[in-house]
This record gives sequence, structure tokens and C-alpha cells, in this order.
Amino acid sequence: MSAAVQAKAQARLLLSGNDAIARGVWEAGCKVATAYPGTPSTEILESLSLYPDLYSEWSINEKVAMEVAIGASMSGARAFCAMKHVGMNVASDAFMTITVAGVVGGLVVAVADDVGMSSSQNEQDSRFWGRFAHVPVLEPADSQEALEMARYAFELSEQFNTPVILRLTTRVCHVKAVVTTGERVSKPIGGFQLDAKRWVMTPANAKNRLPAQLAREDGLRTLAETSPLNVFEDGSDRRIGFVTSGPAYMHLRECFPDAPVLKLGLTYPVPVALVRELAAKVEHVVVVEETEPLMENELKAAGMLEIHGKDLLPRIGELSPAVLVPAIYKFRGEEPPPVSTYVKIDPFPRPPTMCPACPHMGVYYTLSRLRKRLQISGDIGCYTLGAGHPWNALDSTISMGASMGIALGMDKARSEETKDKAVLAVIGDSTFLHMGMQGLLDIVYNRGNVTALILDNRTTGMTGGQNHAGTGKGLHGEDTPRVDFVKLVEALGVKPERIRKLDPYQLPVLWKAIREEIEVPEPSVIITDRPCVLTEFYDRLKPYKMLDDVCNGCGNCVNVGCPAITVRRSETKTLANGTSRDLKFTTIDTAMCTGCHMCVESCGPGAIVFSGQ
Amino acid sequence: MDNVITNILVCGIGGQGVMTAAEILSQAAIARGYDVKKSEVAGMAQRGGVVTSHVRFGKKVWSPVITQGTADILVAFEVAEGSRWADYLRPGGVAMVNTIRLPPPVVSAGLFKYPDDPVAQMRAAGVTVYDFDAGAIARALGDLKLVNTIMLGAIADYLPFPAADVEEQIVGRFRERKPAMVAVNQQAFDQGRAAARERAESTRLLAAANQ
Repeated sequence: MSAAVQAKAQARLLLSGNDAIARGVWEAGCKVATAYPGTPSTEILESLSLYPDLYSEWSINEKVAMEVAIGASMSGARAFCAMKHVGMNVASDAFMTITVAGVVGGLVVAVADDVGMSSSQNEQDSRFWGRFAHVPVLEPADSQEALEMARYAFELSEQFNTPVILRLTTRVCHVKAVVTTGERVSKPIGGFQLDAKRWVMTPANAKNRLPAQLAREDGLRTLAETSPLNVFEDGSDRRIGFVTSGPAYMHLRECFPDAPVLKLGLTYPVPVALVRELAAKVEHVVVVEETEPLMENELKAAGMLEIHGKDLLPRIGELSPAVLVPAIYKFRGEEPPPVSTYVKIDPFPRPPTMCPACPHMGVYYTLSRLRKRLQISGDIGCYTLGAGHPWNALDSTISMGASMGIALGMDKARSEETKDKAVLAVIGDSTFLHMGMQGLLDIVYNRGNVTALILDNRTTGMTGGQNHAGTGKGLHGEDTPRVDFVKLVEALGVKPERIRKLDPYQLPVLWKAIREEIEVPEPSVIITDRPCVLTEFYDRLKPYKMLDDVCNGCGNCVNVGCPAITVRRSETKTLANGTSRDLKFTTIDTAMCTGCHMCVESCGPGAIVFSGQ
Repeated sequence: MDNVITNILVCGIGGQGVMTAAEILSQAAIARGYDVKKSEVAGMAQRGGVVTSHVRFGKKVWSPVITQGTADILVAFEVAEGSRWADYLRPGGVAMVNTIRLPPPVVSAGLFKYPDDPVAQMRAAGVTVYDFDAGAIARALGDLKLVNTIMLGAIADYLPFPAADVEEQIVGRFRERKPAMVAVNQQAFDQGRAAARERAESTRLLAAANQ
């Protein structure tokens, strides 16, 4: 990362797509950059934060990130914001109107689609925003293109007075490739100019701007036909001509080196005339795009009904060589070349787990003990893992902050079967500040019977530990005002006696608090206060060990879910009444243990003691 | 020069140094003037899950992913992970495997079984496996973090450029930040290389004896 920051122009570096975008944004003379963390986009802003002469921030959510960037653009600065695909859903309210007002300083929005879903709750194709908002979409295929398109996007934005979407996918963001850097250009900030007809989007003012938005789209359509980002690469095998964009282009060139390819970098608006030229040269046109048939449908709407695309290729996931080769060979009526592989060995799965001493484990261990009495509405973060083994203590995860509103909906829609269950909402600190506060306010305002657990671990955990308004630190590690969660939820209207703040390592205290709050038929909040073990705030304590001769195999410590605890021996014991019981004798990996003592609290016979190491 | 691509698949578990090893190989290839692409898995997989990194280099690399049946080298930081990705090797490819067994919580809880002998499974599938206990070498040298250097030393003889290129990439990192670690990393690299040679030789002898 720092290599790109320090590199002079014409340096040859191995950069991820995210680092390359950061470099391109900086080279473009961007002055304000914002983001909320989200895989696979997170590293763009982390990288940008290291560059000089540029303001950057973690915003509270993607909508605010978008708004800060819009304000900077209005003020005549080149501005940038980055987010993952679902973040764009959050930001879209502001986005859909700035596209009407237009921009002053270049405004570039990087949206990273998690094609293949390595770490997301859905797979969506963000290119639709281009068509929806009448704005151009650029799709880089690798790191070099990411840098160049990021830089060019600002020029395009200013040329057409429009925000520009830089559409990325996981295979651009998280692939490192060789990149040659360029120079930073100087773009002084113009300053905000009063212009109510432009910036005050009342119906009357906005109506007047709509024709300009459509005229702009026509201009972009013409540009797409001649843009150097849209390149025809001829080939000798004229059976199929491909239209493609993004990393799918790379897979395609790998698999079909002799095919004519129309490689599109500016993919909305779609350059229809260029595709017609291709169609005239080849027997068949196949559109290879991730993930939805967006270009394909545009081309068909333009009358090219004979083209192929999603009739041959999947609409889900990455179009890797393993997907492309069999599909295209089948279309050509040929046997695909044999893939010579060894017999697949499929060992046990290895799902992601919580870290040793993760404070979330105490919460989920406790919830799992009360499982039958609870309906648990969850949220997006490391604590989503509470849905898995061994806790199985999370019933829904939909979107950022949704735990609150969904809990209220569950509360208001009780059946005979669920009327006696307590409804809980479980959310992390960063997610609560991102979009959970409003839901809690709705619970209070509408007198919901919900117990909200705010798991404050002082970081944005799942994306790798970013600061937010609840950590007291900014993007650059600087001190900032820290949200007081107790005061915040009290201000939202939760009664002071219904707010508890406690240490999730103290399992009996946590148990008692949850037991008591779920009995109270009104909104209550339990804030667990213990830093993530991967943050600078976490203090390691003395590790524990298991006394083998004292362990009675009860297995309680296994149910805490700590990866430092493993089963060394299992046996089935037949009890006097004829029933049988599975015993699990365990051991503690002292090197992994950080002394959180949650397992000690769970151990009946007192077999867990300080290791003395 | 023909566009011959070298495919190296590095696999292991989050936190084991898979990404660092792949980065060092990539940098060594870049220093030799190759075009390089390196794919990473991030996000949820970091939390103790399966981690892989695909390193591809040659005159011109298009796709950043290695497909099944095309890897020249599989570097496995954990033995069952080696078995999980073995089918990515091409015929004649080599699996370099650290024999450490790290059962995940789902195994330890009895939901799944950890295979008794993943190396035997790989051999039964026809894979050429050179397995050794990199952790034991690292412990003897006094630092478990050296496993990374040991594994890179182990594959150094199977790369299309001199082993010294990889060693220089490793040592170069320590020369600036922690000069005290240079000598021990050089030892680790050499011992990894020696361990792989010893395993290759004994495999060859065994095969000859069985003929």
C-alpha cells in the first residue's frame, strides 16, 4: 500500500485494484474522499488515507459518504466516495437527485459488487444504477485499468456534468496486478457558487433540469461509440464475436485467444453501433457480462434479437474460465477440452469462526442457553456468525441496521405460538451507528416490546477493524469525539432503568441482565462493552489451561465456541436410568488463549485454571 | 519467448501467512520482469476459514484465477487444506505440504471428522506430495513465524527462476525492518529447501523400489 503512495510517476508496481483506484483518484487531483467500509471495497479509502493533499474520512454510512462527496463537488472540488454494492442502496437517495442537479467538481462513485459473494448478503449488479440514474458506468478489468479509469472518470464527470459510477467487482478489487503509475494533476477548488435553481431541488427547479439529464444521456450514448475505453480486438476465429466488460474480459482472452472481442470499458450507455459492426464480422455475437444481462437486454431492445448471452451463461457468480469454456464449447456443438484433474478430495468444511476470546461469544453462549424462549433478529457483522455452530442463536439477517425494524415487526406480528417469546435485536456498534439508531427510535416511538443488544467492540470488525464514531478515533487514527451509547439510547427515549452496560466476559451478569430485560414488556437496551481482540484497545490477560483429571466431559466449554478449546476425547456414557450422554473431554490451546475466562464461567467442576505461562 | 504461465496455488487458514507467501512469490516474479497476477480471498474467510491465493506469472497473464488441473505447484500451510485443493494441480504438478493438523471447531465438536491421513488420500488420488513438518523446523529455529519462509524455501527448486530470487525477497523485507531476523530467515529458507529435497529423493527411491 505504502509503495503506491510513495511511488513517483512511471513506477512499476504490483497493486490490488483497490490500491490502484486510490492511486488513480489521487492522481486526478481529488480533494475529498469518503467511504463506509464494506468488502470488497474497504481498502480503497484505507489506501487513499495515506496520500497527502487530500481530505478523507470514514463516514457514518454510505448515504452520508455520498452526501459529503456531493457537497465537496458542489463546492468545486474533485470528490470521490467508495462503497460495496449494498452500500449503494443506502446512498441511492442522495445519488438519484444529484444526477438531476449535476456536478461542479468531478464526482466519482466507486461501487464494488461482490460477484461470487465472498462476504455479502446478496449479489447485485450495480450497473443498473447507470441506467436508472442516467449516468455513465466505467468497468475496469484489472488494476491498470482501475487506475486509469479512476483518473479519467473525473474528466468525464466534469465534461458531462454528471456523477460517474466506477463499477468494480471482487476480481478487480482483490487481484494484484502490475501497474504503471502516473503524475498527480493539480485541480484547485473552485468554491461554492450560489445557484438555487440548480442546488435547491424543489419540484419546480428539478423539473427544469430533467431535460438536461436526458440530453446528457444522449451525449454519453454518442461518446460510447467512439470512446477509447471501448476497444475492438480482431481475431481469426469468426464463429463467435464476444462483447464483454470487467474481469470477464480477462477470463475470455485466456480461454479464447483467437476470437474477435469488443471489450467495453464504458458500458452504460451501451455502444450499439459498435456491436452491430462486430455482428457484421462474425457468425454469432455472445455477450459475456457479470452478472445480469444488462448490456444484452439493451442490445436486444435496440433490435439485435439474434445475440446470445444469458441463454448460454449463468446470471449468478463469476464467469471464470471453468464456467466459460464448457458453455461456449457446448454452444459451438463441440466437446470441451478434457480437464485433467485428480479425484476431488472433499474434507470437512472450515467455516469462518469467531476469534479466541471474542466478546461476541459470551453473548451468543448466553442466548443459546435461553434459545427456546427467544426470537433473535440479527444484523451484519462478525456477530452474524452467531447463527452458526455451536450457538445457533440468530434467526434473521437482512441488511445493515435491519435487526431493529425486523424485531419490531416480529413483535407486532405475534402468533399464538410465538406470543410468549421474547424478541431480541442483536447489532454491533458500527452497524448501530450506520443505520440501527433509526430502527431503535422506531421501537421506542411505537412502544415495541423488544430487547436490543448493542455489542460494542469498538471497531468495524468484519471488514478488518476500521474506526467509526463510537471508537473515539478517526480514519487516520486521530482522536475524535466518541459516541456515548448509554446517553444516545437514552436520548432516543429508552428509559434509563431499561439501559444496561456490562462486560460480556462476566457471563453470570450478562445472563441475569438478559433474563430480567426480556421479562419487561417495553423497549430495553443492553450494551456489551469489551473491545474486539484484534484492536489496539484489547488487553490480553493470562492464559488458562485444562486440568485433565478434573474435566468431567460436560462439554459446556465447547458450547462457548472458543477456537482455543478443542475436544481431546469423546465418549458415550450410559446413565443409571438407561439413557446415554455424550461426554467431551477438552483441552485449551494456551498459546491461543488470551485469558478472557468465559470458559471458566461455564465449567462446572472447576477444571480450568491459570496456566502459569 | 512462448507465453508459458506458471501457476502457484497457496492455501491454508486465515492468519497463517498465505497472503504474505503469495506476495513474496509475486514480487520475485516481478523482479524477473514477468507479468504477474495474484488473486486473494478476503472478507469472511479471514475469520479462521479457508484461505487461498492464486499466483500466476509469465510473459502476459490474462485471467487472475488458476483453474482446476492447471496448478504447477500447490503450497499447503495445513495438511487437510492441501488435500482440499489437490485437484487444482496439473498432471506432474507438485504439492508441498506442511503436515500440521489444525482441526476447526466443527471437527472438534464432533460434527465432522478430520481425515486420518490427508497425505495418503492425496497420494491415493495420484498426486505427487512432498510433506514435512515445517512447524518442527520453525520451533527448532526458535520462531513459529518462520513456517512461511520454510515453505517458500521448500518450493524454491520448482520455480522457473533461481531460488536466490525468492530468498532475496524474504531477506530484503527483514534487512530494513528487523536486521536481526535476516540470518535466521536464511537458515529457515535453506532448511525448507533441504527438507523438500529430502522428501523428493525419498519419494523417488520409494517409487524405484516399488517398480
